[in-house]
Amino acid sequence: MRIATAPEPSIAVDRLVKRYKAVTAVDGISFAIAAGSCAALLGGNGAGKTTTISTIMGLVEPTSGRVVVLGAEMPRQRHRVLHRINFESPYVNMPMRLTVRQNLNVFGMLYGCADVAGRIRALAEDLDLGDFLDRPTGKLSAGQKTRVALAKALINEPEILLLDEPTASLDPDTADWVRGRLEDYRRERGATILLASHNMSEVERLCDRVIMLKAGGIEDDDTPERLINRYGRSNLEEVFLDIARGRGEAREAAQ
Amino acid sequence: MSMPSPVRRSPSYIAFSPRRVFAMVLRHWYLLRSSWPRVFDLMYWPAVQMLMWGFLQTYVMQSSGTLARAAATFVAAVMLWDVLFRGQLGFSISFLEEMYARNLGNLMMSPLRPAEFVAALMIMSIIRLTIGIVPVSLLAIAFFGFNLWSMGLGLAVFFLNLFLTSWAVAIFVAGLLLRNGLGAETMAWGIMFLLLPLTCVYYPVAVLPDWLQWFSWMLPPTYVFEGMRALLIDRVFRSDLMVQAFALNAVLLTIGVTGFMLLLRSARREGTLLQGGD
Repeated sequence: MRIATAPEPSIAVDRLVKRYKAVTAVDGISFAIAAGSCAALLGGNGAGKTTTISTIMGLVEPTSGRVVVLGAEMPRQRHRVLHRINFESPYVNMPMRLTVRQNLNVFGMLYGCADVAGRIRALAEDLDLGDFLDRPTGKLSAGQKTRVALAKALINEPEILLLDEPTASLDPDTADWVRGRLEDYRRERGATILLASHNMSEVERLCDRVIMLKAGGIEDDDTPERLINRYGRSNLEEVFLDIARGRGEAREAAQ
Repeated sequence: MSMPSPVRRSPSYIAFSPRRVFAMVLRHWYLLRSSWPRVFDLMYWPAVQMLMWGFLQTYVMQSSGTLARAAATFVAAVMLWDVLFRGQLGFSISFLEEMYARNLGNLMMSPLRPAEFVAALMIMSIIRLTIGIVPVSLLAIAFFGFNLWSMGLGLAVFFLNLFLTSWAVAIFVAGLLLRNGLGAETMAWGIMFLLLPLTCVYYPVAVLPDWLQWFSWMLPPTYVFEGMRALLIDRVFRSDLMVQAFALNAVLLTIGVTGFMLLLRSARREGTLLQGGD
């Protein structure tokens, strides 16, 4: 199923296959993410979300197929575009002994920011980091750490933002606040966002496209509204359960 | 699906950025500055080693003959060994710090290039070694009247050759860590000890069996330690030994860098760059 996309997608994945010895993590998937859109990769554990995102980031080499990000072939040409991308993931941390300011200073320099101090000031204001900017990152609460991780992800004002579980382990209030900031950023900068999440209400709120993965393949691909309507469900979580438990095909056949 | 055509070159694409190297040095400098146990550890073992070998040297030199002459080099030997060992360890520990902090994914996803990362770790190994060796060299003067720095230009050439060897080994170990995660951590701590007996730190190469001498002369530090003994005992600077050490180091660095690149490629294939665990 194809979604109408801009002529030059920010991310294009073509017949991507990734095998780890006998295990096929991703099995010939293709999709393109239009510039300025927000898409979600959904699927149960082992569906291939992390492998797909890692391949898009250039951390994993495809077994076959192509991944092109902002026109650069990944991972071969990754250094041509990495300064225009950023990511946030609960599976990585920033050095805990360094203060928030020190961490952001280091990453600002790594990403080639012209005025790092000015960028840190702006982020501190936008993300409300002022109170703990000079505290060691390891001594912050989970919510504060997430805001710092988001600040790092936005330090270079990326054109593409890859988010893996951006609100995992956050209380509802902080999670809502983070989603608001992501919406603001996308609206203000026209950034492309690709996120993997298990939080269906988050996906419904943020994304205009959902790619459902199962066992390394694309099970479905559409807007949240159309998926909910097609499966005859009231929300995305029920659609997810239908697909995960193999009820999608039965329902479509019955219809 | 129609795929976009590849980019020619982005304007802000820089092949090697000294600023990114500086950023990584700064990151590790912040860490050292914030943790006095890390700084203390840089001086503790070199000081203990130097004192132990220094007192042994003092004891053996009370005898007479060849043994006393050979023993006169113990303190210099232990300090040069520290350059070799701590040079590699300084590089590898900085790399391990990224794994302990689960920061490797952030770095691998950033514009930081492998050559810049390696350059930053080399600079950190020099900084870490300097913090360790300068106080210890002053202790050697105070306790044993031995001035390491009196070796002059010879010392600089010894240091350079030992650093090159330590970096070649450390670069290869970094590749192993990328490929195998913290499961390869013991290599970072112990690989240099394999060189301790073979590079003849405290005794001349002639002591080894003939067949083992062949292996020993394949290792650049052997030439440095032989050169150090020639300088301290015979007062002769053996430039021929240093030239051979440089040549062997060029080979060793080529092997280390090639191994690193192959292991990094393998880590991308196996998807181990984000894991970092064992």
